[in-house]
Amino acid sequence: MSSTSAPTADAPASALAICGIRKRYGQLEALRGISFEIRRGEFFALLGPNGAGKSTLISIISGLIHASEGTVSVLGHDTVRDFRAARRLLGVVPQELVFDPFFKVREMLRLQAGYYGCGRETWPWIDEMLERLELSDKANVSMRALSGGMKRRVLIAQALVHRPPVVILDEPTAGVDVELRRTIWSFMSDLHRKGTTVVLTTHYLEEAQELCSRVAILDRGSVAVIEPTRQLLARHPYRFLRIKLVGDARLPDALQSLVTAEVDGAVELKLETRRNPIGGVFDALRNAGIGIEDVHTREPDLEDIFIELTGHSAKVGAVT
Amino acid sequence: MTPDQTGFVTLLKKEVMRFWSVLGQTVTAPVVTALLYLLVFAQAMKGRAPVYPGVDYTEFLVPGLIMMAVIQNAFANTASSLTQSKIMGNLVFLQMAPLGPLDWFGAYILAALLRCTLVAVAMLLVTMPFVQMPMHAPLALLSMFLLSAGSLAVLGMIAGIVAEKFDHIATFTNFFITPLSFLSGVFYSVHALPPIWFKASHFNPFFYMIDGFRYGFLGHADVPIVYSLLWSFGFFALASAICLRMLVTGYKLKR
Repeated sequence: MSSTSAPTADAPASALAICGIRKRYGQLEALRGISFEIRRGEFFALLGPNGAGKSTLISIISGLIHASEGTVSVLGHDTVRDFRAARRLLGVVPQELVFDPFFKVREMLRLQAGYYGCGRETWPWIDEMLERLELSDKANVSMRALSGGMKRRVLIAQALVHRPPVVILDEPTAGVDVELRRTIWSFMSDLHRKGTTVVLTTHYLEEAQELCSRVAILDRGSVAVIEPTRQLLARHPYRFLRIKLVGDARLPDALQSLVTAEVDGAVELKLETRRNPIGGVFDALRNAGIGIEDVHTREPDLEDIFIELTGHSAKVGAVT
Repeated sequence: MTPDQTGFVTLLKKEVMRFWSVLGQTVTAPVVTALLYLLVFAQAMKGRAPVYPGVDYTEFLVPGLIMMAVIQNAFANTASSLTQSKIMGNLVFLQMAPLGPLDWFGAYILAALLRCTLVAVAMLLVTMPFVQMPMHAPLALLSMFLLSAGSLAVLGMIAGIVAEKFDHIATFTNFFITPLSFLSGVFYSVHALPPIWFKASHFNPFFYMIDGFRYGFLGHADVPIVYSLLWSFGFFALASAICLRMLVTGYKLKR
């Protein structure tokens, strides 16, 4: 099996089609009728606060739990009725650091390939992945002996061993150092360039902003928003102004309501583009006789939009 | 080989590799235990009247010991593998793979059968210096071996699916598998029991497994071989139906 390229005339345009998915645990409704599609070749982010339902949705897509209602298809193959075909087209990197202690790294990857019907033809690809993920020197080491970061990389290799055209990464960089994050994203970006559809959940929103062309934000089991990343960022009507005032000067009362944060003696103001032009802030400070020592502006990022839509910070607490 | 067949064979291979990597624990240990039973009981019962006419006690004991080891190891193989994978979390690799309920069932049972074959052959070999076992009915012997090991492997799968911690498997083993395998005529003929225990033994499926297996070697048994075959087949069919139902519905495997 090889990675996908451009869709052919008879191939479905959707890499993943999620239709009316509900999941109930007794009285609790974890997913409330979720429907959206992920197009072939997209780098797609699935975001949401803890408990939003991201991992539940991924578990339903990958066949780990039953949906109470609704269907999911991978490249046109229903994940229940046609589960074998659907699963061969899908690779999932689970969130938990799970491993089989009986096997060595290369042994584990070859077995994993076998589950998906692949044989010796995948062995060069396995060696290539080990090299790309900087695991070549650990190929014959027991899974038990690996560090957390190495186990995380093996999980990624396991998900990709059968060269699936659709890959889901559930928090792949949680607890991973900066260098390893770069290695992982460089590898995933290469796969994406070659046509693989990548779906990512992460609490590092800058990753989603940098890598993903489209974003869905889940909140309390529903899709709060699903839009191209640029469009989502552009429609946010705010910008942020960080200013450091001269001496111990205090902001005029008229500006106090705009303050969102105070960091290292500077204050950050959230300005609505139309109602609060930056020039107005400078005018107010000049009229009050307050000098400015330093000034810095920034555009809103996904974190700001995430907070606005869900009322939560993405970086707080454990993952769902 | 089709991709589906490759998936099945790989799962079987993985299960074999799992017990093979700890062969001392999975094959050697039960053989040593059985050998100790043989030495102790054969010595203790020396000179007593034969259980069946012309059958030495050691000859009577060996098939029972082999079947007891087969029963316990078939159960342990599937139960420990599934429970360990569930608790370690690595069962997700199989759950996300394109493997169906029959693939799981077949691979886990066949791996257990292979382990039991190794245990049985090793036991026959180590007991050879003490007794040369005849082989009265090879087909019955093979059938009883496959049905018994298969039944307990399926039972182990059911226990592995139901168990949420190792304690649950220990409970199954200590309060069900071990007592029933000891109280099934391994060391004695059920005809030597008081009437109530004699009757109770006939409701113990392990009794038929051991009795039928012994018939395959000796040509003597406490009940006709047809009964043993039917009971064992019925037990295997019932356990398999329950296990397959659990796998198809994802009972305790999928939330």
